[in-house]
Amino acid sequence: MAIRAEHLTYIYNPGTALEQKALDAVSFEIPDGQFVGLIGHTGSGKSTLIQHLNGLVKPTSGVIYYNEEDIHGEGYSLRQLRGRVGLVFQYPEHQLFEVDVLSDVCYGPRNLGLSQEEVMERAKEALLAVGMKEKYWEQSPFELSGGQKRRVAIAGVLAMKPEVLILDEPTAGLDPRGRDEILDEVWKLHREKGLTVILVSHSMEDMARYADRLIVMNHGRKAFDGPPKEVFEHYRELEAMGLAAPQVTYIANRLREQGIEIGNDITTVEEARDAILRLAGKQLSPEGAADQ
Amino acid sequence: MIREITIGQYYPVDSVLHRMDPRTKLFGTMVFIISLFLADNIWGYLIATLFLAVAIRTSRVPFSFMVRGLRAILFLLLISVSFNLFLTDGQELFRLGFLKVTREGLRMAGFMAVRLIYLVVGSSIMTLTTTPNQLTDGLEKSLGFLKRVGVPIHEISMMMSIALRFIPILVEETDKIMKAQMARGADFESGNLIQRARSMVPILVPLFISAFRRATDLAMAMEARCYHGGEGRTKMKPLRYAVRDYTAYLIYGAYLCLIAATKVAI
Repeated sequence: MAIRAEHLTYIYNPGTALEQKALDAVSFEIPDGQFVGLIGHTGSGKSTLIQHLNGLVKPTSGVIYYNEEDIHGEGYSLRQLRGRVGLVFQYPEHQLFEVDVLSDVCYGPRNLGLSQEEVMERAKEALLAVGMKEKYWEQSPFELSGGQKRRVAIAGVLAMKPEVLILDEPTAGLDPRGRDEILDEVWKLHREKGLTVILVSHSMEDMARYADRLIVMNHGRKAFDGPPKEVFEHYRELEAMGLAAPQVTYIANRLREQGIEIGNDITTVEEARDAILRLAGKQLSPEGAADQ
Repeated sequence: MIREITIGQYYPVDSVLHRMDPRTKLFGTMVFIISLFLADNIWGYLIATLFLAVAIRTSRVPFSFMVRGLRAILFLLLISVSFNLFLTDGQELFRLGFLKVTREGLRMAGFMAVRLIYLVVGSSIMTLTTTPNQLTDGLEKSLGFLKRVGVPIHEISMMMSIALRFIPILVEETDKIMKAQMARGADFESGNLIQRARSMVPILVPLFISAFRRATDLAMAMEARCYHGGEGRTKMKPLRYAVRDYTAYLIYGAYLCLIAATKVAI
């Protein structure tokens, strides 16, 4: 069990007129190696929640365990935790500050107190993992394109070799190709290195494609928690929360309303294609046989 | 953490004072400050206390919020009280070593303390009930006559409102960048002075870059909407006096008369 949260409650500005409950008794467990999708409307508490998981925000009440240890317990090193639970903020390229790409990526591992060789090795490995080739390493991070800056920033967290990687909308503001590349790289790390991933996104398509499990937040509470297929069956409730199911699920639902027997668990374009081809095959095959 | 800094500490509730024209509040604050320096006896101060108490009540802002501002002047308060207490000549009451406390000194120190406290509480009522934008709006309109002698009042007040508007944005940005660097294992608390100063670089560089980016974005957005200075510019919410403002001015007048009367009568 990598992360366990028990009754997390967080209140902004307690005791003032601006008091606001951002999280309300949220509990969950995330086992090692899971790819978790976290969705919710703006202001639903997603960003506050993920900042709890690496100890940046201390809950007003409730406990967070990492590998069964209370992270706010006495003598627990939050700095070490932050090396193990890597958090990539929204628009992470805004945190870049060094004179060249390589030194910027070195910042994280150096803060962990590693040797110079180890720091360099990790930084180079992380940069290659996000597809930043050696020719960019000596450049200023401010000369890069938006997508490249974002990769460098993600590498900055990856270089600490976290066991859990949390990404807050890593594809916001990127072009379609940049989005797919970044998500595919994260997916590769998850599959090849067994990295536990928590991905915050507004794209239901991405969630259906990558996540093993979906946690839905609404008004600071956990609304749904389960495999994407199950969660997307509640698309009407999701809509009431300002969310939605993947577009292809709606097409499948409309087809079913028309009397076409397509499954009710279709969430990706590939599944829809296969299901439609299967149906078409069934209907077409007698005619095809007759033609011959 | 850094979020707790409050500048332009507006307290959002609905009250007569909140709805009042900012010019009326500015003027009222001035009247109150002047009255504090006019008053020189206990009756004057009693009337000022009454005026302040009514203002606090009608603002519907918790009293604790007003007192919060006093912490900042605590040191100043201590110094001015002790200077007045020990260095005023007059009828000696008692002695502490070479320091002597006189009746006049005690009186002066007491008045000084009340004056300073009322000054801070009085002006914080204004900032607590007026948004910074309303305040600059009020200032621009009240000082509009200076335009005729060539003072660029509109530009100054525009700069002021933009600066005020950017304080919370930059505070939030700093908070975000600090958190992002802490997520990369940064440590801002330990180490000696030089190490700590160096640990600020990863915050300051991104902060400056984002401040410049926001400034150019804003300039571009203003030009895209044909901003060309204050000439002929109309407002969405033009300042207009309502009945409550005229009532307030009447109350100010009566209050000043009363304060003046205490000076003459005693």
